[in-house]
Amino acid sequence: MRYAEHSYRTVSRVAGPLLFLENVFTARMGESVLVLPPEGEPAEGEVLEISGRTVMVEVLGGTRGLDLEKTRVVFTDAVKHAPLSPLVLGRIFSGSFAPRDGKPMFVPDSYAPVTGAPINPSARETPREFIETGLSVVDGLNTLVKGQKLPVFSGSGLPSMEVAAFLLRHARLTRGSFAVVFAGLGLTHREYAFYRAVLEEAATEYAAFVNLASDPVLERLLAPRLALSVAEYLAFERGMDVLVLLADMANYCDALREVSTSREELPGRRGYPGYMYSDLASLYERAGRIKGVEGSVTMLPVVTMPEDDITHPVPDLTGYITEGQLVLSRALHARGVFPPVDVLPSLSRLMQEGIGEGRTRKDHKALAGRMYSMYARGREMRRLEAIIGREGMSERDRGMLDFADAFEREFVTQRGRRSVGETLEAARRLAERFEEEQ
Amino acid sequence: MKGRVTAISGATVTVALPGLRLYERLFVGEGMLAGEVVRLEEEGAVVQVYEETRGLAVGEPVVRTGKPLSVNLGPGLLGTMFDGLERPLRYLHERRGPFIHKVGAVASLDLEKAWLFEPRKNKGDEVRPGEVLLTAKEGGMEHAVLSPRGGVIEEIQGGELPLSEPLGRLRDGTEIFGCHEWPVREPRPFGRKLAPSEPLITGQRVLDFLFPVARGGTAILPGGFGTGKTILEQCIAKFADVDIVLYVGCGERGNEMAQLIEEFAGLEDPWTGRALMERTIMVVNTSNMPVAARESSIYTAVTMAEYYRDMGYHVLLLADSLSRWAGALREISSALGEMPAEEGYPTYLGSRLSDFFERSGVVETLSGRTGSLTMMLSLSPPGGDFTEPVTQACQRVAGALHMLDTSLAQQRHFPAINWSQSYSLYERELARRLEEGPFPGWESLRSRCMDILAEEASLREITELVGFEGLQDADRLTIRTAGALRRDFLQQNAYSEDAFSPPEKTVSILRDVVRLHDLRLKRLKEGEPFDEVMKEEAP
Repeated sequence: MRYAEHSYRTVSRVAGPLLFLENVFTARMGESVLVLPPEGEPAEGEVLEISGRTVMVEVLGGTRGLDLEKTRVVFTDAVKHAPLSPLVLGRIFSGSFAPRDGKPMFVPDSYAPVTGAPINPSARETPREFIETGLSVVDGLNTLVKGQKLPVFSGSGLPSMEVAAFLLRHARLTRGSFAVVFAGLGLTHREYAFYRAVLEEAATEYAAFVNLASDPVLERLLAPRLALSVAEYLAFERGMDVLVLLADMANYCDALREVSTSREELPGRRGYPGYMYSDLASLYERAGRIKGVEGSVTMLPVVTMPEDDITHPVPDLTGYITEGQLVLSRALHARGVFPPVDVLPSLSRLMQEGIGEGRTRKDHKALAGRMYSMYARGREMRRLEAIIGREGMSERDRGMLDFADAFEREFVTQRGRRSVGETLEAARRLAERFEEEQ
Repeated sequence: MKGRVTAISGATVTVALPGLRLYERLFVGEGMLAGEVVRLEEEGAVVQVYEETRGLAVGEPVVRTGKPLSVNLGPGLLGTMFDGLERPLRYLHERRGPFIHKVGAVASLDLEKAWLFEPRKNKGDEVRPGEVLLTAKEGGMEHAVLSPRGGVIEEIQGGELPLSEPLGRLRDGTEIFGCHEWPVREPRPFGRKLAPSEPLITGQRVLDFLFPVARGGTAILPGGFGTGKTILEQCIAKFADVDIVLYVGCGERGNEMAQLIEEFAGLEDPWTGRALMERTIMVVNTSNMPVAARESSIYTAVTMAEYYRDMGYHVLLLADSLSRWAGALREISSALGEMPAEEGYPTYLGSRLSDFFERSGVVETLSGRTGSLTMMLSLSPPGGDFTEPVTQACQRVAGALHMLDTSLAQQRHFPAINWSQSYSLYERELARRLEEGPFPGWESLRSRCMDILAEEASLREITELVGFEGLQDADRLTIRTAGALRRDFLQQNAYSEDAFSPPEKTVSILRDVVRLHDLRLKRLKEGEPFDEVMKEEAP
């Protein structure tokens, strides 16, 4: 603890978002600073590196207008903390926790470091409580459970926003209080308007952290961390079940790359920094449940795959950390299927734990298996059809072709919400119809 | 002696403290963060800190330990879960709550817990280094206390004693304790290495029969995400025919570890019937835990594995995944500003990997027993691309490659091991033992199986053009038999009874499939129609 305010006017260099100060005493790693430019609003910053008396500060709000003579930097003696209170619910903030909805800032109950702390693996509770999303492809075939992280892999032009909106509107838990924490990362105004409308009309409580495409890049890195600190607070201190929606992680990773380059770090694959796996893990791994503690953090990151390439570093590293993925397909979208989720590359790793007797229904596993293998077979037949034509195929193979069509039209496609019972009934009817024809 | 922090950049901290040695362990700052010296320079030493450095300030104190990064070895390791620096995670959970904050110094083993030690030598006996002095019961295992050096026993006492008390003394004054420290980056000594000759049965048919691994051998399991690496590693951990399993969760998911712990707690070792946890040690550094401790986790684990090997046990080390270790190495190297080689990995990636792989093997221990250390390591190549540096470097040293295939996984064919691209270099060494022991007729059955699968692969293209119905009868039979092989032999559902396949079951399934195939082929040749031949059920 320092007894006097530490303030310096020793800026020696400004480069991109970075500012270098000389002759600084006892700066702390990660310490929050306030940068006061000669004119205009103060900006927040964070100590990134210390070398003897030289300190490198990353400025959150952008470095435009700073100079070497008059700019003053105040050290706060604390690492960046997120203010916490149940009053965050119903509010929209910027990527640095400034109100974006015109209302005044709330008075916090407590603070938590924005980076969070890893959950001790020994303290983790295995996620196994079913979340009903209302989407048949999810509930029936790629079941989501409390504490899971399940990303949506999308392509540009695909309706990832509408899928996310559907989940926000319709996801339900069997019991407990439920809240949505939304982190908008590099959103366009159109996207922001869309999500805002969805959040406001949804019945659930929400807190939003929105970084627009024109907002400072560094805030794009901070926004998901603030969102997760709030989510952890609501979940583990207030006992709520929290669904965290992060959109879009491709923008987040691009911001990470931009900042890494300005720090002159060595680039890795496609220019993304070598530590991107660990950095993404520091976000995704904050999902989970804790033994003996109410509440849960479930995460749905949206990832737009550049060029629809699932091997691109952003979806690839995401897929290695998350517990499965929902993959949107351009072909299905073109055919008018909504949600255009391709079940073949999609997967929920925790599904086995969340379904079956006492959770959903006894025959859930078997039904999901049947749907899956029949559809896989149907898709294989489509390839064959392209080569030898429908006429050249056996009765049985034609049946599978028809199944694939019916599955996409009747099971995957849906307008309104379906309960899991309705989903499983639809699956059973579909399976029986085509198995009888065989 | 104390020094000061002079510079901080991420987890890389520069300290001013003369006389430090390379790889010495330090405590950094007021929070006593664990660190290791990675470079010595004129102005000071560069230290890799194993914990979050947020809040650390220049000028904070640095304390030497005089020792390299070490693990504490003794009874009490079995059944415990540690982090990459051998800090017990359940203990931390109980004492410090569900989140891992700065840990500082924590004892790995409970030094006050008493164990019943029985002397195996007497006062006045002359002992060689590594000879068994005393034993204690650890779970169902006999835990041996080995002599740290050669000499004459001055004093030795058995009884119920805690690890903190000496169990005896050699004439040169060396005290004998139930536990001791060993530097993780230094391989433990042994008598001599023997050639691997015994198969290691894992209970996975496709591994045991088609691509067997020898005790003391190494295998890698590369696969893109969703190919079931973790499930396969976990199945092997549950069912492998070994005495001790070291499971390293290296930079992977926390929820997976929670599942694993819960599941293991209720399971039995299928070979001995004892609780599975009694033979298992977990070293866990999930992806969000500090990167430097992820790098050290595999060394912590392999040192523990060698420790039990030296008592004459068969030890299996499973790491999931080695790519995450390599990623950590890359992060550390780039923070140190080293010149990168391929894809940003340091140039010493290959030599570090081969040093690590070479800690496996069958050995004659110092006390003349035989122990083995086998490694089965998963790899997570970016984009599922096996030409990347880590997979390539591992392929040069590993004895077996079990390649996990994304397209098989998408067909929900598990374990998704690609049978045309996987291989085992131990086939020849093991052939005789496999024939004598678990799999009579192994060589011919295996080659029949591989032939049918290879033939099916070559028929695939034609089938796509002319359809199944357009094929000749014999070819149609091959496709059907290959289908049966895939379904009944190659696939194993990890969530069913079939998750563990004892050798007798493995060989009998394959024998039945091949026998039926031959029978049908004979009938086809005799002119019976295809549909008639296929009607018959398996005998």
